[in-house]
Amino acid sequence: MLNFRNIKIIVWKDLLEVKQNKSVIISLAMVPLIIMVILPLVFLILANQPGAAQSFNDPDLATFFANLPASMTAPMRGMNEIQLTLALLLGYMFAPMFLILPIMTSASIASESFAGERERKTLEALLYTPASDAELFLGKALAAFIPSILVSLLSFVLYTVVLNVGGFPLFGQIWFPFSPWYLLVFWISPGLAAFAVGLTVLISSKVQTFMGAYQTSSAMVVLVLGLVAGQAAGVLYLSNAVSFLIGFIVWLAAAILIFFAIQQFNRKSLLVQQAN
Amino acid sequence: MKPIIEVQQLSHSYGENVAINQLSFKVNQGEVFGLLGPNGAGKTTTIRLLNGMFEPSAGELQVLGYDPRRDGASIRKVAGVLTETPALYERLTARQNLKFFGTLAGLTPSKIMERTEELLHLFDLTQRANDRTGSYSKGMKQRLAIARAWMNHPKLLFLDEPTSGLDPEAAVQVRELIVDVRQKEGTTVLICTHNLDEAQRLCDRLLILRKGAALAQGSLADLRRIISPGLWLEISLFEPFTKINDEWLQGMAGLLKIDVLSNQTLRLEVESQAVIPEAVSRLAAAGARILRVQPQEISLEEVYLRLQSNHLVQAEKEGAAYAQLS
Repeated sequence: MLNFRNIKIIVWKDLLEVKQNKSVIISLAMVPLIIMVILPLVFLILANQPGAAQSFNDPDLATFFANLPASMTAPMRGMNEIQLTLALLLGYMFAPMFLILPIMTSASIASESFAGERERKTLEALLYTPASDAELFLGKALAAFIPSILVSLLSFVLYTVVLNVGGFPLFGQIWFPFSPWYLLVFWISPGLAAFAVGLTVLISSKVQTFMGAYQTSSAMVVLVLGLVAGQAAGVLYLSNAVSFLIGFIVWLAAAILIFFAIQQFNRKSLLVQQAN
Repeated sequence: MKPIIEVQQLSHSYGENVAINQLSFKVNQGEVFGLLGPNGAGKTTTIRLLNGMFEPSAGELQVLGYDPRRDGASIRKVAGVLTETPALYERLTARQNLKFFGTLAGLTPSKIMERTEELLHLFDLTQRANDRTGSYSKGMKQRLAIARAWMNHPKLLFLDEPTSGLDPEAAVQVRELIVDVRQKEGTTVLICTHNLDEAQRLCDRLLILRKGAALAQGSLADLRRIISPGLWLEISLFEPFTKINDEWLQGMAGLLKIDVLSNQTLRLEVESQAVIPEAVSRLAAAGARILRVQPQEISLEEVYLRLQSNHLVQAEKEGAAYAQLS
């Protein structure tokens, strides 16, 4: 029987530590800032330059647009070349990049969990508390999951503001977000965060240092880069149906992983790791 | 007296390495019990086993009426543990640290607040209670770590090297706190240490470990009797005594041993106090000018070192015998 008060206090303590850790806060802020603010701003500024219409008039993009499913092209009908290029790039091609955020955020915080405690020599005192193994695991996992969801939501809001405000001179209206983004933000992203948290906490309980856990779990970004490449190559489009399916697979994988991680996780192995 | 801890033939291995080897001991309610031994003797592993962190390879153990193998969480709920390092969250304040551990120990929010203020005051940390503990001195950290272990009024307190790395002043403070904890609440305390002076001052009974096995156990008086059955007497002379090596005391009834420490100092081991006047008068009759006669208590350090060296000699003999056999 889980004691939710124990889980809650572990979350509280871990979030407080994150809040007090400037290097983690900076790394949490930098990734969204670069991906969700600076990069789109660069595109928008370039698109506002004189002669941009010519540069953006790429026949390949027209072919790419023609091959998109009808459900995805509907919101872009009637757009000129610049609008279409920006909508494709920032509205669709960029979408999988957003998924880097929950992975990086949760990897950064979850790596701190057991590996960080072991590094700072606080782990043993935590293990001597009456909290059960499952409570410890879930507390640590939630402490990484909650901020990663908050960072993702905040980044989405920022991205929406940047695209609509920065793109207003070109679009003359609020044009973003497109519908697959809602699935991306509220369905795939939390699932990916749950998967990343489960994996990172498990890795964090097996390795000695924060960096060891962080580097290993950050390798999950490769999955996202696969989606980016798939979209760019026209192999996979993040339509509503595809997004729903990806989200379902990610959630299923997360549930299996977390279940497996809780079974694997125990005090003895954590202490033996520490002794080694 | 009711034992709080009962351990019978306890063994534990980390893979091939035997950490605890057929260890048996009891700790009674309200006593301060010391586990002594060099690094790697199995002291910390014993604490872990008693708290249900590991499952022993063999043996029986009961702590506060619970079996640590099944009821580790129940033991940890009513016991307090001071780990070898203070293990505080250094980005958190003292209050936040106590709130965290108090909640996990099952205290109510109002009890946590009340207990926090009480402990901060008692451990002289109120002034710095809202500072991050990373800015504390070693002594302050150790005091806070003891406060944390004492947060839930534990019936049983495990202290692993409580004064390790502290300056003498801080070590004295910590020792006073341990005495205070015991006196105020009658808490049973199990201390792991290799600080023999500290063990002598604090512990009612002791268990000396080597490579996970018990070398000896009992009160300091019991341990002294193991290495030396008699009483010790140090005699200082006013001036060098030329006949110090003469046999003027040899054959005297009740005299067990004479150690000549210098030409002005002797150490005698006698069977009982009744032998002392006779020994002193024989020495005076032989012409020695006696300055001081002082009963000597063998220190725990001496007991410990002799037991450890006896064990080494024994192990060497066994090793040689084994080598001959093979």
